[in-house]
Amino acid sequence: MGIRFILMVNKQGQTRLAQYYEYLTLEERRALEGEIVRKCLARTEQQCSFVEHRNYKIVYRRYASLFFLVGVDNDENELAILEFIHLLVETMDRHFGNVCELDIMFHLEKAHFMLEEMVMNGCIVETSKSNILTPIQLMEKA
Amino acid sequence: MEQLKTIGRELAMGSQGGFGQSKEFLDLVKSIGEARSKAEEDRIVLHEIETLKRRISEPDIPKRKMKEYIIRLVYIEMLGHDASFGYIHAVKMTHDDTLLLKRTGYLAVTLFLNDDHDLIILIVNTIQKDLRSDNYLVVCAALNAVCRLINEETIPAMLPQVVDLLAHSKEAVRKKAIMALHRFYQKSPSSVSHLVSNFRKRLCDNDPGVMGATLCPLFDLITIEVHSYKDLVVSFVSILKQVAERRLPKSYDYHQMPAPFIQIRLLKILALLGSGDKQASENMYTVVGDIFRKCDSSSNIGNAVLYECVCCVSSIYPNPKLLEAAADVISRFLKSDSHNLKYMGIDSLGRLIKMSPEIAEQHQLAVIDCLEDPDDTLKRKTFELLYKMTKSSNVEVIVDRMIDYMISINDNHYKTDIASRCVELAEQFAPSNHWFILTMNKVFEHAGDLVNVKVAHNLMRLIAEGFGEDDDAADSQLRSSAVESYLHIIGEPKLPSVFLQVICWVLGEYGTADGKYSASYITGKLCDVAEACSNDETVKAYAVTALMKIYAFEIAAGRKVDMLHECQSLVEELSASHSTDLQQRAYELQAVICLDAHAVENIIPSDASCEDVEIDKNLSFLNSYVQQSMENGAQPYIPETQRSGMLDTNFRSQDQPEASLHGLRFEAYELPKPPVPSRIHTASLEPSTELVPASEPAYPKDTHQVATVPSVSDAGSSELKLRLDGVQRKWGRPAYSSSAPSPSSSTSQNTVNGVTQIDAAGSVISKAHKTNDSRKPRVEISPEKQKLAASLFGGSSQTEKRSTSASHKVTKAVSHAAGKSQAPKSAVVSNQVTVEKTIHQPPPDLLDLGEPAVPSTTPSVDPFKQLEGLLDPTQVSSTANHGAVGAATESPDIIALYGKTPASGHSSSAAISLPTNGDGVNFTAGLLDATLSTAHAGTTLPTQSIKGLNAKDSLEKDALVRQMGVTPSSQNPNLFRDLLS
Repeated sequence: MGIRFILMVNKQGQTRLAQYYEYLTLEERRALEGEIVRKCLARTEQQCSFVEHRNYKIVYRRYASLFFLVGVDNDENELAILEFIHLLVETMDRHFGNVCELDIMFHLEKAHFMLEEMVMNGCIVETSKSNILTPIQLMEKA
Repeated sequence: MEQLKTIGRELAMGSQGGFGQSKEFLDLVKSIGEARSKAEEDRIVLHEIETLKRRISEPDIPKRKMKEYIIRLVYIEMLGHDASFGYIHAVKMTHDDTLLLKRTGYLAVTLFLNDDHDLIILIVNTIQKDLRSDNYLVVCAALNAVCRLINEETIPAMLPQVVDLLAHSKEAVRKKAIMALHRFYQKSPSSVSHLVSNFRKRLCDNDPGVMGATLCPLFDLITIEVHSYKDLVVSFVSILKQVAERRLPKSYDYHQMPAPFIQIRLLKILALLGSGDKQASENMYTVVGDIFRKCDSSSNIGNAVLYECVCCVSSIYPNPKLLEAAADVISRFLKSDSHNLKYMGIDSLGRLIKMSPEIAEQHQLAVIDCLEDPDDTLKRKTFELLYKMTKSSNVEVIVDRMIDYMISINDNHYKTDIASRCVELAEQFAPSNHWFILTMNKVFEHAGDLVNVKVAHNLMRLIAEGFGEDDDAADSQLRSSAVESYLHIIGEPKLPSVFLQVICWVLGEYGTADGKYSASYITGKLCDVAEACSNDETVKAYAVTALMKIYAFEIAAGRKVDMLHECQSLVEELSASHSTDLQQRAYELQAVICLDAHAVENIIPSDASCEDVEIDKNLSFLNSYVQQSMENGAQPYIPETQRSGMLDTNFRSQDQPEASLHGLRFEAYELPKPPVPSRIHTASLEPSTELVPASEPAYPKDTHQVATVPSVSDAGSSELKLRLDGVQRKWGRPAYSSSAPSPSSSTSQNTVNGVTQIDAAGSVISKAHKTNDSRKPRVEISPEKQKLAASLFGGSSQTEKRSTSASHKVTKAVSHAAGKSQAPKSAVVSNQVTVEKTIHQPPPDLLDLGEPAVPSTTPSVDPFKQLEGLLDPTQVSSTANHGAVGAATESPDIIALYGKTPASGHSSSAAISLPTNGDGVNFTAGLLDATLSTAHAGTTLPTQSIKGLNAKDSLEKDALVRQMGVTPSSQNPNLFRDLLS
């Protein structure tokens, strides 16, 4: 499976984007988000960007006020996931131009579309920014 | 500066016409963005739900408006509230003809619904239609939905179309079709088992994106069944080689690494294929070695690839050169200041020590640093490593550390994990039984409720069996020390139930064995336990039985039993308990203490828990009695099978083998015939009363029931008594099996049974003890850390290797690999010829090994290396993240620019248009600002892109936002902060 979920959470712990690659009920999501956000936000900059949680790991990265949290299986390469987060941010940055929290909030569906291009079935399937963004740009023009 | 920016924003305003979103939506987002607490957010969302419920069902909502409503629904669910009232509208939106609306509809549906939701059926048709669309973007949207919404039952409806799309002319469609097939495989492997060859075919796709995606399903397939894919080793190796040689389009580069994510996945696949296969592994050595050399170890992504190389090397058949390279990488990771790299270093060390155990020694201090690091993640990873390198020489230190850590944490999940590891290590490597018992005490004391019950049984068995055959003195010493430690611990409050059970059992069996403690002392303690656990019947049962054993041993030894007052009241209380089991045990106790020494010795022999209980299933010892009864006129026994018509069917056990009995009976039930059973009854009562005189008031019925079927096996008879299950078995057996060699009491039988079920691990333990007893960690007199290091790593060179998992036998030669790989290769080559010239980059011929020329220009001088002196190296390393800014020709300009900035420290007018940046935006003051601020900010992330290039964009955006009424100066300015700055 690889990636189980991708979350964007601001530093107050409010969810800004949530994509799950395995189905969880609303209650389960709520509980999970609460737990892991508490865990990750309590950590300092010097500590690792990885946290073990139950039987999987969370790789997280902070950009300004926004935390990107990716839940992955235990055999996943954590550093690669960390860079995947950065690739995602760079891709959004290329599309929005100096992307900020508000861009994601105003264009939630576009952020999701980008994720849809990059990750399918919990696997990273596309890492070329132009390939990721082309369908979205075409759609805007249409 | 701020003012300048603001002016820019205002100016830029005119050009753009807003986000195309309504004021209402912007207000919602704004209020959510500025909510200060979860409660406030909830209030906003609840209000929004009310609004939407009203609005969304209004007639004739414009499409754009509807899309906005759908997004608002997504918000509601994302923030943890139920939006099911609007699901149907999301479903409807998937029918829309406009691509954007359709895709939004699909997105919302995939976010809302599980694949077994009832509404999915309404979408299946739409998806089928969309898969046939001429617009490839529509097809892609539908394929995205297929991956999320199709379950096992609906797969057949999609499968033919998805398979057709594998040959679509658009690479994006082929890629998504492959992933849809992958999804089907995940959901139901059998549904696509005949289509697996498609994954192999798509591996040779001209488009690197499709090839890269195909690696995902192939990885899954290879994980499950390695052998069918050995022929692909050559192909994977050649693809990896070409990727590493930068033969893929530049757009796949990430921070100057060529397609690192594809490299990583390929390395994962190779690790699987090469595991334990010398021949396959030999194919990989060159390419993995190349990657080791080429990887940029200063960037995160380079290290990610290096880490994957280490994983690969430690999985495939060992190669000394590669192991050396891997060891170098690990030591660099461990020496790094970055906690992330340390973590990766510890992890890879844990992998590599399987191959070369000696490598751990040189990193001992680094490992200990990580162990003592305040970062929990790092600590746990280090414990994982220690677990892997535990041997008899260091087990004491490691387990002690683990237990200390276990006590300090609250997370039950991890506590369980580490407790079971402690137990496992202790069982495997314990240097002495005494240590083992003390360790187990600690584990039980702090995590008793979390460990497997089997562990408790193992412990009891170890104490009962001791070292084994010969050394009786050591055994009794072990037991004495166990008893002593338990008496010490027993006063602690809130001990876990499992632990108390062990304590009670051990005190009952061995509490008075060495004569150190008097019976009244031990029984007093046991009563305390039973009283303290008034809610735990199991512990009480263990305690009562332990009491009975103590008294029985006393009686057997010829001493007079003075029951403590508290014991008496306990027994009385329990004999009126709601639990029949406790009642039973209480009566047993009362009965046993009235017996004479000889009888007691037969019932509960001292230290007999390890004896096998022989059960005479034929009850042959009753033969003479039966004979006698028949001579006296009793009726002969009729086997149960023949008795079916004679007895009331209610009296039959439910699970008799004959199927006919389970069917309906159409004839009327016969009347019960009282004389038959009653006669057997009276006759059968006699032997039991002879043997256990105390039993008759309480259990005449049970004995009678058993006796009615004397020749049926024990199990059969116990089925007869139906409701009085526990009661009968316990009394029944001693009553008519007293000639068996060891008729120990019911509970000790219980435990004996429990123990004998346990696997052979216990005997392994005792063996391990004998061999390892002499070895003790040598402790040096030096700083504490060195001491720890010595105890952890000291003995590694001379002690035995623990796991045999590193054994690599060459399982199978892949003789046909070469032959098969020819086919796909030639196919690709021929494809190559037909490729249209319109494509910008030459399509990579992934399987062509012959062509050494690398089309892309690899910069001989890394421009960013040169920047290191000027800026913080961690930031510089990643300045190149706009993948296009890689070519060497541009580097002088950039360097010149950076060269100026620190010197001037003032907004420069240097306007350099970067040809690679699509818009050709001018450098404004923003650039300098951004670069300077990143250089100083302590909190910046290790990788930064060249920001400020798009200053104009941000100005426009800010202005727009202001115009919409969302002012950055209001409560939450963070909303506006660029993520990458």
